[in-house]
Amino acid sequence: MALLEVDNLSIMFGGLRAVDDFNLRVEKGELYGLIGPNGAGKTTVFNLLTGVYKPNEGVIRLDGVDITGHKTVEINHDGIARTFQNIRLFQDMSVIDNVKVGLQNQYHYSTAASIFHLGSYKKVEKEYDDAAMELLSVFGLENERDYKASNLPYGQQRKLEIARAMATKPKLLLLDEPAAGMNPNETGELMKTIELIRSKFGITILLIEHDMKLVSGICEEVTVLNFGRILKQGKTREVLQDPEVVKAYIGE
Amino acid sequence: MKKKKLSRQTWTYIVVLIVYAVVEIFEYAGLLSSHLTGLLVPATYYAIVAVGLNICVGILGELSLGHAGFMCVGAFSSSLFSILTENSLPTAIRFPLAMVIGIAVAALFGFLIGIPVLRLNGDYLAIVTLAFGEIIKNILNSLYLGYDSNGLHASFTSQMDLGMEADGTMLMNGPMGISGTPRDANFTVAVVMLLIALFVAQNLINSRDGRAIMSIRDNRIAAESVGINITKYKMLGFVVSAAIAGAAGVLFSHSISTLQAGSQYFGYNISILILVYVVLGGIGNISGSVIAAAVLYLLPELLRALSSYRMLIYSIVLIVVMLFNWAPAARNWRNRVLASIRAKFGKKGAKA
Repeated sequence: MALLEVDNLSIMFGGLRAVDDFNLRVEKGELYGLIGPNGAGKTTVFNLLTGVYKPNEGVIRLDGVDITGHKTVEINHDGIARTFQNIRLFQDMSVIDNVKVGLQNQYHYSTAASIFHLGSYKKVEKEYDDAAMELLSVFGLENERDYKASNLPYGQQRKLEIARAMATKPKLLLLDEPAAGMNPNETGELMKTIELIRSKFGITILLIEHDMKLVSGICEEVTVLNFGRILKQGKTREVLQDPEVVKAYIGE
Repeated sequence: MKKKKLSRQTWTYIVVLIVYAVVEIFEYAGLLSSHLTGLLVPATYYAIVAVGLNICVGILGELSLGHAGFMCVGAFSSSLFSILTENSLPTAIRFPLAMVIGIAVAALFGFLIGIPVLRLNGDYLAIVTLAFGEIIKNILNSLYLGYDSNGLHASFTSQMDLGMEADGTMLMNGPMGISGTPRDANFTVAVVMLLIALFVAQNLINSRDGRAIMSIRDNRIAAESVGINITKYKMLGFVVSAAIAGAAGVLFSHSISTLQAGSQYFGYNISILILVYVVLGGIGNISGSVIAAAVLYLLPELLRALSSYRMLIYSIVLIVVMLFNWAPAARNWRNRVLASIRAKFGKKGAKA
């Protein structure tokens, strides 16, 4: 059984079928690419998977559980975490606090303990610190822990967003154009980071990307979307050489 | 770095205590005019309500113009309690209970107002809270309340309509308000409450729940995507904020002889005045609110000698503080100065 199973997913915006009859199988531990020209509906698929939009038709199953129609917050609890195309960090909070917000649902103490710093406050905060530092060190951000998130350079902001998503211990991580706006150096570093988190945490990753070097470099399989419909699906190398795919991207 | 944060929090308490000690010494030495002494408690409760509002504006990121309303319900509920139990309870028990009741009632109103209001954002929330403050004030302004052997009587029209027996006691007399609340609040009590408010506010910021509240402020969509329960944490921030305003209300009602729900005490202009303290002290900067409230409350009173020029000077001070706190050039300059001071102290520390 695949980790993520999507069947016949469709959504209408007015008369426009933004995503039409979308099917997807992502196996556990796989690194899967979702590509396509601008406006093809890739981010809409992400928004459907994370409950931002409700599909008109179709079923989404994660690890065999039907999560269709769940709210965004519930879907995170179900085991999907995501990053955003235009980075959405908690800008005025410190780097480490960004990650701690992601850890929120794993380490608990009561509201009274929050307000009066009583009971398990100290012990659990230590756990927060340790877990957050461990994640930050994976992403090479441990020296920036007390920076304001908005003061980080662009590449590190992307990394922090991934770290925050990883903090929620997801089964499936959705990355929306992680390399957007990065120079080749940063992209190379990002590819290493993505590979590292997959091998270290054994996590399944579905990513949207325009950078073909990154896609062909790390994705085992890809799906090509065009005008909301699946154009091609399969092994990365074969799909990227398909004449139809080339036509959709570059034109004739 | 965590130690540094901790010491900043501790420093706030220390500074408050030093100011308190200096003021007390001056008072014993007879250096303070009776006029100034009378301003100490109000300055402190305005500092408290500014701390409360800063939780709403700076931490939760929602603009409220109704905090005078929360002060108002805290003031009236605790005042009624104190009058009813004045003869049966000693002050040491009565006043803390009144404080708990005022805080609880303000928190309850915060919760009730929060249910519809926290679905709104930005300007809408400001308008609804503004209306709440005015409604509360006007209701209490026209409420007549009394009790006699038959029990409690209430009316919105006049004292006559209460239909009380001759030996009945008036509790609330419409626009005349409540008189005879025991004056349990003094400067010492007010400073203790300020310290508690600071303790609560700063603890909240450095906690699990506080981080959740701030994450909603910074990016609601991202907060949802990492599984933060938006409604719950928005409500928590709003209720804590209202509760602290309620505590300020209790101090208010227990430091004056006649409590009236007039515009000069609980109107929207007071809500805006508190907002001015919060903005000038720095949004999200809890200790800044205290300083701004204390200084800006005392300033117009201290400038009374300058008669007609005092509001001119007051407004110039507002503009200068605003520039100092918010203009980018001024902030850079301030950061440079602070950094150089820190560097010097750091060197000294290393030698020692």
